[in-house]
Amino acid sequence: MLAFKPVILWTDALIYVLIAVAAVFAWHVRRREHLLAPWKRVAHSPSGMASLVVLVFFVAAGLLDSVHFRPALEAKNAGEPVYSVDVLSLLDVVTTDLRQRTEKTYSAPFAAHLFAKETVEHPDGTQVREFPRLRFGAAHLKDPERELAADVLANGGRGVLAGIALWLAVVVGFTAGLAAGSRRSVSATWSAIWRGGTEVPWRAVYVALAVMLVLAGATVALAAKYHVFGTDKVGQDVLYLALKSIRTGLVIGTLTTLVMLPFALLLGIMAGYFRGWVDDVIQYVYTTLSSIPGVLLIAAFILMMQVYVETRPDLFDTTAARADIRLLFLCIILGVTSWTGLCRLLRGEALKLREMEYIQAAHAFGVSHWRVITRHILPNVMHIVLIAVVMDFSGLVLSEAVLSYVGVGVDPSMISFGTMINAARLEMAREPMVWWSLAAAFVFMLALVLCANLFADAVRDAFDPRVRTLRLEPAAAGGEAKA
Amino acid sequence: MSAASRRELLQVADLRTRLHTGDAVVRAVDGLTFSIGRGETFALLGESGCGKSMTALSVMRLLPEAGQVAGGTVRLDGTDLLALPEVAMRGVRGRRVAMIFQEPGTSLNPVLTVGEQIMEVLDRHTPLRGDAARRRVIELLEQVGIPDPVRRVGEYPFHLSGGMKQRVMIATALAGEPDLLIADEPTTALDVTIQAQVLELIRSLQARTGMAILLITHDLGVVSEMAHRVAVMYAGEIVETASRERFFSSPAHPYSRKLFDSLPRQGKRGANLAVIRGAVPPLTREFGGCRFADRCDFAWDLCRGTVPPAVALEDGQTVRCHLYSEPRAESGGRRDQSRDEGEARRAEGPASGQRSAVSGQASAPSLAGSEAQLLKVAELKVHFPIHRGLFKRVVGQVMAVDGVSLGLAPGRTLALVGESGCGKTTVAKGILRLIPPTAGSVRFAGVDLAGLAPAELRVRRAEFQIIFQDPYASLNPRMRVVEIIEEGMTALGVGGSGTGRWQEVDRLLGQVGLPPEAKFRYPHEFSGGQRQRIAIARALAVNPKLLICDEPTSALDVSVQAQILNLLKELQERLGLAFLFITHNISVVEYLAHEVAVMYLGRIVEHGPVEEVLNRPKHPYTRALLSAVPVIDRETKREVIRLQGDLPSPANPPAGCHFHPRCPQAMTECREHYPGVTQLAPGQEVRCFLYGSGETTAS
Repeated sequence: MLAFKPVILWTDALIYVLIAVAAVFAWHVRRREHLLAPWKRVAHSPSGMASLVVLVFFVAAGLLDSVHFRPALEAKNAGEPVYSVDVLSLLDVVTTDLRQRTEKTYSAPFAAHLFAKETVEHPDGTQVREFPRLRFGAAHLKDPERELAADVLANGGRGVLAGIALWLAVVVGFTAGLAAGSRRSVSATWSAIWRGGTEVPWRAVYVALAVMLVLAGATVALAAKYHVFGTDKVGQDVLYLALKSIRTGLVIGTLTTLVMLPFALLLGIMAGYFRGWVDDVIQYVYTTLSSIPGVLLIAAFILMMQVYVETRPDLFDTTAARADIRLLFLCIILGVTSWTGLCRLLRGEALKLREMEYIQAAHAFGVSHWRVITRHILPNVMHIVLIAVVMDFSGLVLSEAVLSYVGVGVDPSMISFGTMINAARLEMAREPMVWWSLAAAFVFMLALVLCANLFADAVRDAFDPRVRTLRLEPAAAGGEAKA
Repeated sequence: MSAASRRELLQVADLRTRLHTGDAVVRAVDGLTFSIGRGETFALLGESGCGKSMTALSVMRLLPEAGQVAGGTVRLDGTDLLALPEVAMRGVRGRRVAMIFQEPGTSLNPVLTVGEQIMEVLDRHTPLRGDAARRRVIELLEQVGIPDPVRRVGEYPFHLSGGMKQRVMIATALAGEPDLLIADEPTTALDVTIQAQVLELIRSLQARTGMAILLITHDLGVVSEMAHRVAVMYAGEIVETASRERFFSSPAHPYSRKLFDSLPRQGKRGANLAVIRGAVPPLTREFGGCRFADRCDFAWDLCRGTVPPAVALEDGQTVRCHLYSEPRAESGGRRDQSRDEGEARRAEGPASGQRSAVSGQASAPSLAGSEAQLLKVAELKVHFPIHRGLFKRVVGQVMAVDGVSLGLAPGRTLALVGESGCGKTTVAKGILRLIPPTAGSVRFAGVDLAGLAPAELRVRRAEFQIIFQDPYASLNPRMRVVEIIEEGMTALGVGGSGTGRWQEVDRLLGQVGLPPEAKFRYPHEFSGGQRQRIAIARALAVNPKLLICDEPTSALDVSVQAQILNLLKELQERLGLAFLFITHNISVVEYLAHEVAVMYLGRIVEHGPVEEVLNRPKHPYTRALLSAVPVIDRETKREVIRLQGDLPSPANPPAGCHFHPRCPQAMTECREHYPGVTQLAPGQEVRCFLYGSGETTAS
């Protein structure tokens, strides 16, 4: 018998499919030199590689949070194991301490006391209104006023050192691996990396990794004894909330894009390429769709879906499953309502491209419309798609926050940047201000979106053949070549 | 230098301009020295990328962000422009030095009226205001020959044709009464008849105002028509300066001579055009020797090791070439000119030896060879409906092609000549059915293409292919060369599959003179000429019998144009291809074509063998068109027949003969009927009442 029962939520399944597709694509590209070349150029961009390192941390958190299961309970029902109704993820297991150490209500980062005054009964029987000590935060300190700062520094310092140690181990191991791969001595490889003389900018990767590991080390060390980002209204650790929000953000950013892309690509290119009545129909559809207030459409859809879910408890047996299906439908409806902008852009681009002479030449060869679209038009609009998708990524994460405010966003039980911001919003007017929820959400979102933007920039540059001309020396073959 | 007594207006000394692009510094202008006298037209001649425009922008101090003048002086009447503060420079621009640009369409602001744009200059540089300014604007428009200037003042640029816009640009430039006018390729974007008008205008304005002109151009013909003195620029420096007479009678620098040799001309029909091998060296590197050495037929060790000094020859001619720095070399250089051509021909490949003999024969079979017509176009019409209103009602037709008939035999070249907007390209697309024809028939090898179902047409597409004008737009930038060439083969199922096809691609690349390694590279890694070769290889991949060339060389420099024309000629002889050659460049027609058809506003007005049509043109339009072409030999100076106005709109062609409003010989019946076809000789036809009425057709 198992100690747990695996649960595959809908969004989990889609994420697995996405990973599988990415893996197949990578395998396909690896074997073809000319397809691999632009990706190698991505690997040559320092900012791209540094942001990739940060992204890896985010994606790792998101993936850990995408493996769900229901733990078995102590109690047994006629020999059959009974599983908890709580669906946990691997991330929950890793952060069990964070998850379970809830305070009563708000507390500031690194605080030893609660943020609200309470009437506390002292051992001598007197009742005093004061800020009570936290149950977990800084609980090990006798006199927080005097000891707190020193203890935070000591713990943080230990965490930093641990981070540096881990970094050294990784870096030395990796450098040795590189040296073995290129048949050079470790020290030569090492100095080449620090001089910035390697093809792949390992120096940038190492620096980014150092920053991440030092931050992670300090956070881990401190999180064991303090609430690094404070606690929220119901006393949950904000760091835990932020970590859990990563998956929601990634799911909304990626799955919505996947829903939106086929509409935008197919319809936009078709409208621009075929023109005539096809163009008219598609234009009327997206003009109509974009004149309906998106929030209205989303609200109607989400509420309808909610009724459907609630009338079928057999299909969605846990809270997590219900919250998840709501997230999925949110992605779908966001995708359905947000393709019009990109579609309009692509239509214009396709209108321009269809008059290009290489498309005319393809027509002269009798190349079919489908092939013209996939081989000539699609690759030439990909840069627009890439930019639009990355821009949308941050926009979608934000619109999730707005929708949560209206009450049609993700399920209230699901932790997301939107719900965090929404909860924090209410406390911004308070004096003294409760700022840490918002700050945590802000820092995490900023890091995520900024890295995604920088990485997408590197990808776009690498895939644009015209950008390359400036860097490459004209090859000697052919005799005449233009600089 | 030449006339020290003459007061120089502009003196540029050792001008050096750098462009900071990416990680390399481009020495766009590298040590330029020249001077322009008052009332003089000084032509800066050179191929694209040699730094002509950068020179102009440096003088105006209008360099792009990445540009920087690294040294030298630019003196206008003794004042060093480069030392002036920006505020003072604004007083110079427009007032002392004015500039007109190449593209009239984009150098006028579309949301300002013509009057407002000229007024802007008056506002800045003259005390004229209000009514006085308005009167001055009208006066200026009158000066540049714009009809009905009072009305035009309030019109927007989109109301005007290209030639009119360029006139307005000139009026704007003249508004400040500048001492120096910089004209950067002022007529390159215009048709020959309009070009003749604009050049004539600039000349007459110069005679009236006595301003100096710095004319920047790549066109030897324009230089010959306009310039007093010529400087040839190559790779950022001036390689030769001479008076026009001297330059055209005895060009000194090997590069200048090559430029002349690479011009296509009727006299060179049998032979190959001279080509300058290689390409302009990248300007990112330092030059230790002569910049032209790698492409020069006379280069020896000295040329590669030592920078040649500017040598003064007689009559004010200076040249930067070692051939002239010592007496021995000079005579050697002159003597070797014939050897040079011989070498160039040898370098072209083994096929060239027999070429002249073959083409001599090829011109022998006369037009009577119509018994085996490959392509027979009859009464082809392509009309585009004009939609208006909410329900897209058809309110009219743009008659882009309005009854064109052509015939083309295998192995022959038919040139379709006409100004832009006359429907040449639409004829090509109509024949290929890239645009569905409205009426008429296109019989290719006996089958009417216009009536074929799409599936049947696809099968036949291998037999006729097209090469486009712009080699930068005709290759998909995201595809490698091999994929570009394979595309047609895959679509039409020719050339086998797998490795067999790659061998075929290698063979095709070899055929157009590119190495097999080229197939794994992307189009942007090639120069314009190489890209055009790739486009030719792509068309040849499906073994066509007919190749439609839509201005294949008009986007290329003369020396590269020569390479492509040589290649096309060689391919025709080797593969027996028929060419439908669409162009506005008469010299290319003279060199390549067997027959010529002249198009005006959707119809062919004259059609016949190339010698007849070009040497003894019948139709007044053909005559005007030919006379407007700038010629290099001033001895054979002919009377330019100036056409009034512009090409009318094909949506609303004039009644009667379409040409009558511009025709100097228009008669009353021209206004009423469209002339029918008059057969002058077998194969020569003209549609003009001057040669009998033919079968008159109502227009």
